Amino acid sequence: MEKEPILKLRGICKYFPGVRALQDVDFTLRRGEIHALMGENGAGKSTLIKVLTGVYVKDAGEVHIEGHEGSVNIHSPQDAQNLGISTVYQEISLCPNLTVAENMFIGREKSPITNWAKMNKRAGEMLSALDIPASPTMQLGSCSIAIQQMVAIARAVDMECKVLILDEPTSSLDEQEVEKLFKLMRDLREKGVGIIFVTHFLDQVYEVCDRITVLRDGGLVGEYVIEDLPRVELVSKMLGKELDDMAEIKSSESDEEAEAKGDIILEAKGLSSSEGIKPFDFHIRAGEVNGFTGLLGSGRSECVRAIFGADRVTSGTVSVNGKQVKIKKPIDAMKAGIGYLPEDRKRDGIVSELSVRENIILALQVMKGFFKPFSRAKAEAFADEYIKLLEIKTASSDTPIGQLSGGNQQKVILARWLLTNPSYLILDEPTRGIDIGTKIEIQKMALQLAKEGKSVTFISSEIDEMLRTCSRLIVMRDRKVVGELTGSDLTQGKIMSTIAGGDNK
Amino acid sequence: MKYRLNSLIHKQIFIPIAALLVLTLFNLIMDPSFFAITLGTNNVGKAVLTGNLITILDNASELVILAIGMTLVTSASGGQDISVGAGIAIAGSVMLRILCGPEGTADVVKAPVIVAFLACCVVSMLFGAFNGILVAYFKIQPMVATLILFTAGRSIAAWINENRLPVINDPTFAYYGNYIPGVVLPTPVFIAIICVAAIFLILKFTNMGLYSQAVGINPHSSRLNGIDPAVIKLITYVLLGLCVAVAGFIKVSRISSINYSVVAKDIEMDAILAVALGGNPLGGGKFNMAASILGAYVIQFLTTTLFKYNVDSTALPAYKAVVVIILVVLSAPVVREKINRSVKTLKSKKAVKEA
Repeated sequence: MEKEPILKLRGICKYFPGVRALQDVDFTLRRGEIHALMGENGAGKSTLIKVLTGVYVKDAGEVHIEGHEGSVNIHSPQDAQNLGISTVYQEISLCPNLTVAENMFIGREKSPITNWAKMNKRAGEMLSALDIPASPTMQLGSCSIAIQQMVAIARAVDMECKVLILDEPTSSLDEQEVEKLFKLMRDLREKGVGIIFVTHFLDQVYEVCDRITVLRDGGLVGEYVIEDLPRVELVSKMLGKELDDMAEIKSSESDEEAEAKGDIILEAKGLSSSEGIKPFDFHIRAGEVNGFTGLLGSGRSECVRAIFGADRVTSGTVSVNGKQVKIKKPIDAMKAGIGYLPEDRKRDGIVSELSVRENIILALQVMKGFFKPFSRAKAEAFADEYIKLLEIKTASSDTPIGQLSGGNQQKVILARWLLTNPSYLILDEPTRGIDIGTKIEIQKMALQLAKEGKSVTFISSEIDEMLRTCSRLIVMRDRKVVGELTGSDLTQGKIMSTIAGGDNK
Repeated sequence: MKYRLNSLIHKQIFIPIAALLVLTLFNLIMDPSFFAITLGTNNVGKAVLTGNLITILDNASELVILAIGMTLVTSASGGQDISVGAGIAIAGSVMLRILCGPEGTADVVKAPVIVAFLACCVVSMLFGAFNGILVAYFKIQPMVATLILFTAGRSIAAWINENRLPVINDPTFAYYGNYIPGVVLPTPVFIAIICVAAIFLILKFTNMGLYSQAVGINPHSSRLNGIDPAVIKLITYVLLGLCVAVAGFIKVSRISSINYSVVAKDIEMDAILAVALGGNPLGGGKFNMAASILGAYVIQFLTTTLFKYNVDSTALPAYKAVVVIILVVLSAPVVREKINRSVKTLKSKKAVKEA
């Protein structure tokens, strides 16, 4: 039974300077279905959503929506709303200091006079119709995140929406709250609303969705009915690896060498942090490169951030070289010989207006102490040495790092940590958003460090890259360590099936 | 030469230098005698140098000292401390309380000046720490956090001296705000020079500059590099507290008394203006200390020039406002980009013509 489509996108293209964000993407949403939009980072999910909601204007393609003749143009979020497309974003964009009812009706009153009693009454009716446990006069900020999320949905639904877009609505909810949200979604499906559901949680997709559309690198991979697409295949489609060519052979230095015989450099037991990862154990030996893998949002970064003390550690112990150390702040980890190249280069890595030189010496300088600044000559020498060693392309060591390309910025951050001479270096997505040449240089650098007897943890969204560099992989799903692969198990097929988990092997 | 000029224009310190040149040029054209320095006598009959330039150097002292601390606070916390004027009232009041004792007047100071000065440093730094803790640990916007002392400071100052107006008749106390016998330059000029030297030594021999800029630009990244952003912010506020103490000391020594409601009135705005005039982004991050200090002197230069042309002191803020508007517009990224672009097109047109 094919339901009638209410939204059809055909051949959507969107270009940004130097990037094809969307290339010829089709998408069809039917009445009364929950449709998952899946893809890894940079696949084009958010661009597609933004085209649909009028944040971006498409460069080519057609949008057909039920009840409108021909292709419609969406030039602003207002247009989208008038067409019946509503969006609830990950961060709730309501006003916490207003009441629930006010939030539901704000900006929608045509007349300048508000009839409060009437507004509260209508809000109450809607809330009970949707079975949302909130009262209209409650202040929104005093409700739980899930309720706030639902109020946002109620607001969207009341605006006579045909298409409801939920962009990562569950990422800050706990399990019961997710259940409540799903119930609401199912109710809306019964009422004939088409829901586009964007999430990184595979379990949730299989729990609530009817169809899946997968995007990769700005292009459409395909549209599937959920029963026809086992998890493993979904993962392989998202990552762009056909299950057939999994016969890849691990590079020469496998098995025996993979189980590095070095001493254990760092060992963590029952570590968990304020970012909600389940307690995990971890160890790394001298001369070993290992990695955390898993889909985005699976908790890879949160694990290494806990080791480095970047997030607040809530339980567990860390020992370095057999001695237990207390890591409360990054400086404690640095003093224990740990370096951390963060995932988000712009937010956590570079200090954009400072020079390349200052960015390179920063970590070592902090370790040396407040009252012992490096002389200008010494700092120049350090900077020049690493600019040459890593072939950083910069006009001079005085150039602000913000003016460099992404790859060169990353090399500067790498230089910063190499300069501190850590015995254990964590590289969290070191190759994201940088050119292929630099990617390979960074991979080589990781292997080179291991040869010198150092330990490296390498995290990447690209499984290829992990296979090339790591001898042991820790697999994460939904903020939990779900497996550890070494030696002959290090194949794409095995990794994907471990990531996917679930029943279907 | 052309290249050098070009690179200077792109340097931050160009803004205050240009402002200084404009003011100098204006005065040279209007009345070159503005720059005359003569040997005159001061009010106690001693031979001292007089002239507008000396007045500028003298009167700018407090502002220069405050601009130093304000620059650091701006850099690290991305906001400004608006309680420095009230802070000066408190610092001065503490000083006079110790020197006058409970009677409220003193013909001879009742405690060594150095003791009083150290006490007022401690008090000012504590108030600085109060502001700093609100900003760094409670994450309150600097202007809102310092609004508390801005409002309450002058009342606290009055309360310290039980609302009396203490007067010191000991002529030795006036040395610090006026002249030391036998010296032809006013003492505040030297105090300001000492402070400027001190901050440059601090910037050279500690990581104050690097840390506060890193924290101001990117607190997340700073933390992951082992810096504690909150501690750095706190330190800048405490340092500004120290600057306030020194400025307060000069202020009360100038008149050997204090008027709680008008002492250092509106000086916080001038101090912020000095930072802005120096081309430092008020949103924090990179800073140029020399430019801020030069900015403070430019403000005093402007004030003295306006006084010379008999601008009423009540009208002064309006003139300053005009300067602020021009500066703010000129340093706005939109305008700068436009200027840069038009310079480039001019150059390329020239190149085309030559070819």
